[in-house]
Amino acid sequence: MGSMLNSMMRLRTRAFLLVVPYIVAALVKMVQYNLKKITVVPNGKEMIDIVLSRTQRQTPTVVHKGYAISRLRQFYMRKVKYTQQNFHDKLSAIIDEFPRLDGIHPFYGDLLHVLYNKDHYKLALGQVNTARNLISKIAKDYVRLLKYGDSLYRCKCLKVAALGRMCTIIKRISPSLAYLEQVRQHMARLPSIDPNTRTMLICGCPNVGKSSFMNKITRAEVDVQPYAFTTKSLFVGHTDYKYLRYQVIDTPGILDRPFEDRNIIEMCSITALAHLRAAVLFFLDISGACGYTIGQQQRLFNEIKSLFMNKPLIIVCNKTDLQPFDTLPEQDKKLIEEMKADAMKTVLGQGGEATSEEGVLLTMSALTEDGVIAVKNAACERLLDQRVELKMKSKKINDCLNRFHVAMPKPRDQKERPPCIPPGVLEAKAKEAAAQAEKEKRKTERDLEDENGGAGVYSASLKKHYILANDEWKEDIMPEILDGHNVYDFVDPDILHRLEELEREEGLRLADEAEDDFEMDGEELTPEEREALAEIRRTKSLLIQQHRMKKSTAGSRPIVPRKFDKDRQFTTERMGRQLTKLGLDPSAAINRARSKSRGRKRERSPEVMGEGDAMDLDNEQSNKKMRAMSRSRSRSRSKSRPPTEVVPGEGLKDSVQKGKAIKLAKKSAKKRNKNARKGEADRVILNMKPKHLFSGKRGIGKTDRR
Amino acid sequence: MRLEKCWFCSSTIYPGHGIQFVRNDAKIFRFCRSKCHKNFKMKRNPRKVKWTKAYRRVHGKDMTQDTTFEFERKRNRPERYDRNIAEQTLKAIKGIVKTRHHRAQNHIKNRMKGNKRKEQEMEQEELKHGITLVKAPHVLQEEPPFTLPKVKVKTAPAQEEKIRAMEE
Repeated sequence: MGSMLNSMMRLRTRAFLLVVPYIVAALVKMVQYNLKKITVVPNGKEMIDIVLSRTQRQTPTVVHKGYAISRLRQFYMRKVKYTQQNFHDKLSAIIDEFPRLDGIHPFYGDLLHVLYNKDHYKLALGQVNTARNLISKIAKDYVRLLKYGDSLYRCKCLKVAALGRMCTIIKRISPSLAYLEQVRQHMARLPSIDPNTRTMLICGCPNVGKSSFMNKITRAEVDVQPYAFTTKSLFVGHTDYKYLRYQVIDTPGILDRPFEDRNIIEMCSITALAHLRAAVLFFLDISGACGYTIGQQQRLFNEIKSLFMNKPLIIVCNKTDLQPFDTLPEQDKKLIEEMKADAMKTVLGQGGEATSEEGVLLTMSALTEDGVIAVKNAACERLLDQRVELKMKSKKINDCLNRFHVAMPKPRDQKERPPCIPPGVLEAKAKEAAAQAEKEKRKTERDLEDENGGAGVYSASLKKHYILANDEWKEDIMPEILDGHNVYDFVDPDILHRLEELEREEGLRLADEAEDDFEMDGEELTPEEREALAEIRRTKSLLIQQHRMKKSTAGSRPIVPRKFDKDRQFTTERMGRQLTKLGLDPSAAINRARSKSRGRKRERSPEVMGEGDAMDLDNEQSNKKMRAMSRSRSRSRSKSRPPTEVVPGEGLKDSVQKGKAIKLAKKSAKKRNKNARKGEADRVILNMKPKHLFSGKRGIGKTDRR
Repeated sequence: MRLEKCWFCSSTIYPGHGIQFVRNDAKIFRFCRSKCHKNFKMKRNPRKVKWTKAYRRVHGKDMTQDTTFEFERKRNRPERYDRNIAEQTLKAIKGIVKTRHHRAQNHIKNRMKGNKRKEQEMEQEELKHGITLVKAPHVLQEEPPFTLPKVKVKTAPAQEEKIRAMEE
């Protein structure tokens, strides 16, 4: 049976219909079933889990074997009883909430039977009931046994056994529970069809256009497809007629088959037909596009004629766009006439009154919507009449007589008594009517927009209603910005006038300016003087640059004084150039300078020797020294100096003096070093704040201390 | 669409540029670029920041009062459109702007008037004092005193070139 449910049977419901009451013709109590609000039926395993965990949580858990025996017994008895109570509650809920098939409207009873099989359903519920009873019995037995338990261990075993047996029972009925859960899920999705209200039933062969008709008159969106059996279950829609709500039920197509061979889908529709007091619309496809000829359809009609007892029947010929009714072949028309005759019989059979023929056979086309409303109205009208008649005949007429008949008092004299409307209301109404008329006459901007292509295409001219001195100016575009100025700031009616004044002023001023434009020039410099000035400035800037360079380097490095320049910048040629620039004749100075630097050229040395009257030794020595110096200068400087050699720039006269100085220095330090005392160099911290110790962030930690 | 003035530097703000800041007392500050905005955030007074128009006006560098400024005034009441007036206005703007420009230039020129004389005096001084750097004293007496000494070419042409080339 589960497979049946797993088949594709989806029954849709209307969202706003919530509660569908079913009245049980019960002896004692009236039970109302709400098919959508049945509690979830848990799985066998789940139920066991739920109940056992509840027991564990809700009953005391701590017990020691030192307790009094009555306390131990009570402890375990409570657990057993609690578990039994829970199972009882859950199973009772299931049994109570699932509807009894006998106790609901036969339509639903039959529907449920068709869908779920009455027997299986009853069996499942019966099993649940027996399980409930068995559990109660087990609990009773074990509680009795527990009364005589003499130790903790024995009581505990008894309790375990009791709970275990209860759980086994539930495990045994778990297939039934699974089945009931599926039934519940399916039932919740059944359409909410009220069997007592005004209903219209649409039936006929498969693919004739029943669902299309349904879509047209209600808001239900039923699947419409070219293949047969698109609708697989009942669909409910609602429509209005004369301020009353009508249910419209769309059924799956019924094939022409003997009753026993029908499948579940067809059975659903037949059930509906059988039990619901409704107006029946039998749909015919006169074009034959559904795949069944009119003959076949008529045979079906005859088959299910019996179900149409006491129901207003309308034969609807659909798909007139494909095949108009008048051009049908003769025999088809005859068949249809026969059906119509049958339908008339059903009509006449009710009230004994002959109704018009129009309401019985109608044509329409669902595709072109031609005649759809007529069909709906005819069906609603017929149904309404029938129901009203029935009500009239029943005893309850007096309750609802006010719905049919408005009583008017008998006029007692000729005086007219029109209804009283206050004059304010009349005026307001008149005004409104006038405004309405005016609105209808006047063409709105929206109408204009629609005419000219809609919202995206047409843009309304906002300048249409501008009030200007000259109507030609309406479409003018005025610039707002000109050359970086806002035009609106300058706008002024008499701007030209003011501009003229301004220009006059300006002209006068220009004239004045031109007069006293020459300046006392003072003395201009001649071009030569200009040159001189430029030269002066250049020299000055050079001096400044050099000074700056010297200043910055002199602090950190000793500067070689000019006397001993190693780069040979200060040559006589250079001197000569500078002197020439100053305007002097440099030759004398050059010669003098050259003659002084004797040591440079060896050839000159004998001459020089002749001049000096100093000691020969000295001269020789000095000569030697000069030679050595020149040698050292002319060759590379890879030779290291002896310690007593005087380096130019040191400030010592000769090597003797230097040797003395060295001796002095060593002497002063000897004693100190011998005593291992701190010396001059040892006291000096060259860099009090070395940068690497006083800057930077720590990789980890704080830098409060440095 | 309006062209606004930057609150800090008084340049025009074209659409799509700059930032507007609205203070809690609903005063709107418009800035033409982030430079002005940042200066404002630093609470600098534009009247003390040299490159702004406010400074220049306050310190008399630019023209402040003139009738041409009265032509351009923000009017809060809209005027009804009149084609003739619009045409006249557009033509007038050019003229007004031109005169304003001229007058501003004149203002600056007048400001700078005494400069030339001062400059020349300074140059004379400098020349007098500095001539010793480029001219030997006894040469001073010979020629017009404040010019470069004439170079006496005694040596060969090659050396002459050396002298000419400045190689310091």
